[in-house]
Amino acid sequence: MNHLLSLADLGADGVDEVMRVTDSFVEVSERAIPRVPALRGKTVVSLFYEESTRTRLSFELAAKRLSADTMNFAVSSSSVKKGESLKDTCQTIEAMGVDAMVVRHSSAGVPWQVASWVDCAVINAGDGWHEHPTQALLDCYTIRSHRGSLEGLRIAVVGDIKHSRVARSNVLAFSLLGAEVTVVAPPTLLPPSLEGWPVEVSTDLDAVLPKADVVYLLRMQGERQTEALLPSLREYTARYGLTRARARMLPDDAMVMHPGPINRGVEIASDVADLPGSVITRQVANGVAVRMAVLFLLLGQGPSGPLSGNQGPSGNQGPSA
Amino acid sequence: MAERERAATPPYGGIFYARSQVMDAEDLRRAVTRIAHEIVERNHGLDGVVLIGLQTGGVPLARRLAAALSRIEGIDVPVGSIDVALYRDDIGLRPVIPEAVTDIPFDVTGRTVVLVDDVLFTGRTVRAALDALNAYGRPRAVQLAVMVDRGHRELPIRPDYVGKNLPTRHDEVVDVREDGVDVGEKRGPERPFERGGGPERPSTERGR
Repeated sequence: MNHLLSLADLGADGVDEVMRVTDSFVEVSERAIPRVPALRGKTVVSLFYEESTRTRLSFELAAKRLSADTMNFAVSSSSVKKGESLKDTCQTIEAMGVDAMVVRHSSAGVPWQVASWVDCAVINAGDGWHEHPTQALLDCYTIRSHRGSLEGLRIAVVGDIKHSRVARSNVLAFSLLGAEVTVVAPPTLLPPSLEGWPVEVSTDLDAVLPKADVVYLLRMQGERQTEALLPSLREYTARYGLTRARARMLPDDAMVMHPGPINRGVEIASDVADLPGSVITRQVANGVAVRMAVLFLLLGQGPSGPLSGNQGPSGNQGPSA
Repeated sequence: MAERERAATPPYGGIFYARSQVMDAEDLRRAVTRIAHEIVERNHGLDGVVLIGLQTGGVPLARRLAAALSRIEGIDVPVGSIDVALYRDDIGLRPVIPEAVTDIPFDVTGRTVVLVDDVLFTGRTVRAALDALNAYGRPRAVQLAVMVDRGHRELPIRPDYVGKNLPTRHDEVVDVREDGVDVGEKRGPERPFERGGGPERPSTERGR
């Protein structure tokens, strides 16, 4: 059994494989009855120590469309309130016989820790500022399905880079697939060091927009900003928000993306979010198919699936049909 | 039996070694033509008949059958393709990956669906295909056309149209291509460079 913890574990080939398989699940999602029996009898539990709308619902829907059983764990109404530790909680849930845990936590590294405690598959659904691999996968898929490939595309990732797990996973994924990534943010919202990031850095959005194929806006994460990093949100919007005037600077076929939830009027103007170039709702729809692909590749492959590390092809000696 | 051929392609399986050819390109062409005639005869024409090839081996065969039907009756029957990976009964027992996106650009409800595959073996792929077909509608009838029936059925499934009945050993592999049919065997990837006589260890194995 294996895990999806970081995008880096997948590598370019792994990401390509997920993209390819996702095509099949998009087809399933478009059917009148969008359900296949692929993961009958498997149980997927979502263990969310942090609030979420789309990631949690999207994983749940993905599991249901694969005919897996789903369980939901809400911290606020659980024994965590009685002081049960993360480890005990995980082992309790595992003892009930689950096949996959979808973990979100406000601390970086928790999914790795959980993976070391349990035998079932662990999927990182966001850990602190660190990573959010399925978001990166669905964003890659969305760009790929509009533009054919990410190779050579110029992608601007704009906003609160410092606190954004989406930025970390997406920059990694975009550059793995051959895109040229520019991160755009006020200096206070950049990480202390960008060493090793395969990106260009800019603090001037207006200079970047005219040649961007994709502009990826990040949510202003008020809940993670513990110090005064910005004079005001209005000043941020004035320099880094995708206003209607800025949207006009984009090339005609440019895509506007946002991981959600949107702060309308902060990082993106209301009417821009609804422009034709905006694929924000497409991202959500693709999220379900991508998560179906991830669940299927983790749970439907037996001992030697393509996401199960470097075991090589020799694992498949069993008879085929 | 697309599964078998898939399993024979790297990285998931061994490498196919042909031992003898059982049909050449001409044999294949004649078999396709005969099956096409049988489809017309059995269905009293082509009214409501559609072809659906099973990914991956059945798809080119379905297209060839459609071309033959068009020559015989002057009618272009709709052709689709179906990937049964998500309906297989061995999910979780071995790597099962969707190979291609199912493409059925017509309504199957009320039609006579001819499922087309290259090799019929255990029948499990066809069972999965019958299941998958349900998701797209309720055909009036489902028929099965295969190029090679190699026996060893594990389910009560029989073909309506057969190119060639070919008795095989269970561990043999039948490979249907555009230009002929070979029977041979699959060898594991642990000795992919071994051919005929002397074993030659692949470089990755050296020093173990």
